[in-house]
Amino acid sequence: MKLAYWMYAGPAHIGTLRISSSFRNVHAIMHAPLGDDYFNVMRSMLERERNFTPVTTSVVDRNVLARGSQEKVIDNILRKDTEERPDLIVLTPTCTSSILQEDLQNFVERAKESAQCDVLLADVNHYRVNELQAADRTLEQIVRFYLDRAQRQGTLPSQRTEQPSVNILGMTTLGFHNRHDTTELQRLMADLGITVNAVIPAGASVEELQHLPRAWFNLVPYREVGLLTAQYLQDTFDQPMVAIAPMGITATADCIRQIQQVLNQQGAAVDFEPFIDRQTRFASEAAWFSHSIDCQNLTGKRAVVFGDNTHAAAFTKILSREMGIHVVLAGTYCKHDADWFEAEVAGYCDRVLISDDHNAIADAIAELEPAAIFGTQMERHVGKRLNIPCGVIAAPVHIQNFPVGYRPFVGYEGANQIVDLVYNSFTLGMEDHLLEIFGGHDTKEVLTKTVSAGSDLDWKPDGLTELNRIPGFVRGKVKRNTEKYAREQGLTAITAEVLYAAKEALGA
Amino acid sequence: MTTTEAPSALSFECETGNYHTFCPISCVAWLYQKIEDSFFLVIGTKTCGYFLQNAMGVMIFAEPRYAMAELEEGDISAQLNDYAELKRLCTQIKRDRNPSVIVWIGTCTTEIIKMDLEGLAPKLEAEIGIPIVVARANGLDYAFTQGEDTVLAAMAARCPEAATSEADQQERTNAIQRLLQFGKSPAAEQQPASSKHPPLILFGSVPDPVATQLTIELAKQGITVSGWLPAKRYTELPVIAEGSYAIGLNPFLSRTATTLMRRRKCKVIGAPFPIGPDGSRAWIEKICSVLEIEPQGLAEREAQVWDSIEDYRQLVEGKQVFFMGDNLWEISLARFLVRCGMRCPEIGIPYLDRRYLGAELAMLEATCQSMGVPLPRLVEKPDNYNQLQRIEALQPDLVITGMAHANPLEARGISTKWSVEFTFAQIHGFGNARAILELVTRPLRRNLALGTLGGSQWVSEAVTSR
Repeated sequence: MKLAYWMYAGPAHIGTLRISSSFRNVHAIMHAPLGDDYFNVMRSMLERERNFTPVTTSVVDRNVLARGSQEKVIDNILRKDTEERPDLIVLTPTCTSSILQEDLQNFVERAKESAQCDVLLADVNHYRVNELQAADRTLEQIVRFYLDRAQRQGTLPSQRTEQPSVNILGMTTLGFHNRHDTTELQRLMADLGITVNAVIPAGASVEELQHLPRAWFNLVPYREVGLLTAQYLQDTFDQPMVAIAPMGITATADCIRQIQQVLNQQGAAVDFEPFIDRQTRFASEAAWFSHSIDCQNLTGKRAVVFGDNTHAAAFTKILSREMGIHVVLAGTYCKHDADWFEAEVAGYCDRVLISDDHNAIADAIAELEPAAIFGTQMERHVGKRLNIPCGVIAAPVHIQNFPVGYRPFVGYEGANQIVDLVYNSFTLGMEDHLLEIFGGHDTKEVLTKTVSAGSDLDWKPDGLTELNRIPGFVRGKVKRNTEKYAREQGLTAITAEVLYAAKEALGA
Repeated sequence: MTTTEAPSALSFECETGNYHTFCPISCVAWLYQKIEDSFFLVIGTKTCGYFLQNAMGVMIFAEPRYAMAELEEGDISAQLNDYAELKRLCTQIKRDRNPSVIVWIGTCTTEIIKMDLEGLAPKLEAEIGIPIVVARANGLDYAFTQGEDTVLAAMAARCPEAATSEADQQERTNAIQRLLQFGKSPAAEQQPASSKHPPLILFGSVPDPVATQLTIELAKQGITVSGWLPAKRYTELPVIAEGSYAIGLNPFLSRTATTLMRRRKCKVIGAPFPIGPDGSRAWIEKICSVLEIEPQGLAEREAQVWDSIEDYRQLVEGKQVFFMGDNLWEISLARFLVRCGMRCPEIGIPYLDRRYLGAELAMLEATCQSMGVPLPRLVEKPDNYNQLQRIEALQPDLVITGMAHANPLEARGISTKWSVEFTFAQIHGFGNARAILELVTRPLRRNLALGTLGGSQWVSEAVTSR
């Protein structure tokens, strides 16, 4: 048993569901007790999703527990097959139901006999892998399933596309700014004259998967999800991969250069250097910002970075080599891929921390007292407590990571957004000087005193107790309204009863 | 399966469908705040923890008073000793937080691996000197708000019987622990001498301001509340003497009611819940009648509240509301909204205890009859897919639903309100009737405000049916 207060990555089934419900026309059946299906809530609320989440829970209750789940699971698969006409149904247990050790694979085989659609059991160990690993694994499983079949049926494409083309792998629902990143990557590929052969799984249908081998290469922007698939495609179809996250000006250039190399190895003759140079010096604001007078103020400021591998490594490098910020600590919660992280950030930070214990990071931040933090929602809260600003750069996702406006993290526009995020996180330039001179600009204390100035009315202890229970931001208003009401009623003493009578009388 | 009970013309059916609601461990989110000296330990998996963290939006900040005991592979395969593991964690909790009580929240996983929490707790309690209350708030047996029921039923067993009772002594194995837990002598001080009626316990977790408001309303009738379950502090659990009266505040507390009746020999008063001016009046009247007190001024009080909410009532009048079923508040809310002039074709509900909700069901039926509207169809354990078909056919003006279905329904031009808001808002009593309508009318007012924005369908035709 582990005492846990916070999780940086969710349980395995969340990863599986993120993949299945990213695809178009794929339905997932969760074999789980009531309440384990909160994925539907997360997707519907965070993504502001217009469609019903294609996940149905085959509820495990006391009766099912006594009788076994077989009949119910198969019934539900067949029912969804009829109701939704999906191309594929993915069956997944949760941590809870996986310990029932029911033969779900057998249920799938039985359901396949009557179902029109394909049926797969997501093959992950719910106690050994987390959300990210499970997502990576499930994507590979689905891709492999359809490509194996295409191979057997002889429907695999025999050659690559005529013009250079790419598969973008690992873009998922509930991913950190994935939707905007997808758009930005598609724009970047268009700028480079590369056709996007497929984006998977977000918005793709499983029918499209058999065309994956047509692309000249696979792009894996986030190593957490998609790497296994790219590895499989490389091994099976000799399809090269580019796994550099194009995050920040330098990394974007590195990514484009590797793409160039991969294309030219296959007979293209592309030269992206003029594009990179034009983007870097004139089109993008980010590189210019780094050379502008504003960025001088950031020089040598101390920062802590923490997140998933992709974002934490990318930010460590951006802060260090593109803004001159001193990264005192870089950390990741992706313990399963720690070696990569350490190698990646070596030379860009003082210290590396690999941990999924939020207290370890919080303690390190408290000890280091950086000028800013770039972390997850948890580090944002830690920062609030310590009065250190924090820019959120990585999952776990929060409603704030689904902005309505365009906020990619990758490519040249992503670099611009990152500059804004970093710049706005620090107390800046002149503001910094003024704060020192005037000793802060927070006048809240003074205001509160004005509001709570003594009055002629007698607040009784029970009235005061109730008043103090009212949230601070409306307490002043409630107090004034109550006193107004008391005067109107000719009362001199204010008890809890008077307070609630006033609340009712004023209809608020 | 359709059954009809003789005196009732309401139709009941149980779809036993695939439906979505929150896990009962959710109760931790409000109970740890309500019981200020408690610590809640949820013994479950990553799935449970991620739920509390994400879907409930309950983030774990500076001074958390709840945590997960995350079961790992070794626990599941019984390689580790449950007692030793729980002792290690609870000792750490005692050292770091020193709570007055640790509440173990059992989950589906502890049920499936048959972890004997009730057997382990007394032993560990004696060893570490902190009371441990065990509640099995699992999704195999319960839905969403019923989690509170499991906790309160367990706590009911811990309430002292009387100041000097021997049972009390027996329950607390260690006299020194007793001293630590009860800084003051519980019974004598909690039972005001002025009370002229038998003791009355209110059970159900409500925000402190609501507790104050209800206390004031009852005091107006000369009724003294002798104790609350839960109290603000575990150390202030009410004395429950045999023959005390008890009345529930929340419609999902049937186990607590049963425990109070069977184990504590209380007389549980069956009444509609104090929701809306009509329900609040009926609730107080029922208490008065049981305590043989002539109620004073309740008709005026009810009329006055109806006056004060007339503007909102007009907004909902004649409109149709559909409850998908989520938190067991559905029947009381439907009854109040029908009284406001709404029609209600269907009330979905995860679990329906017709005995505990008897008075509320009767009042719903009477209200529908007096308002001249058709009786709603009551669907227990509804199938959400089937409900969506019915919603499409009915096109109700408002659907009260769990969070998963809200945005997709809104995208199809159906106004929604999250049922979970009624779980967290202050809705009890005369004074909060407006707060209920504030929530109910918000989508309707929003629609009025957005009149010129245009569009009611936000999905393309191709996917509308999904």
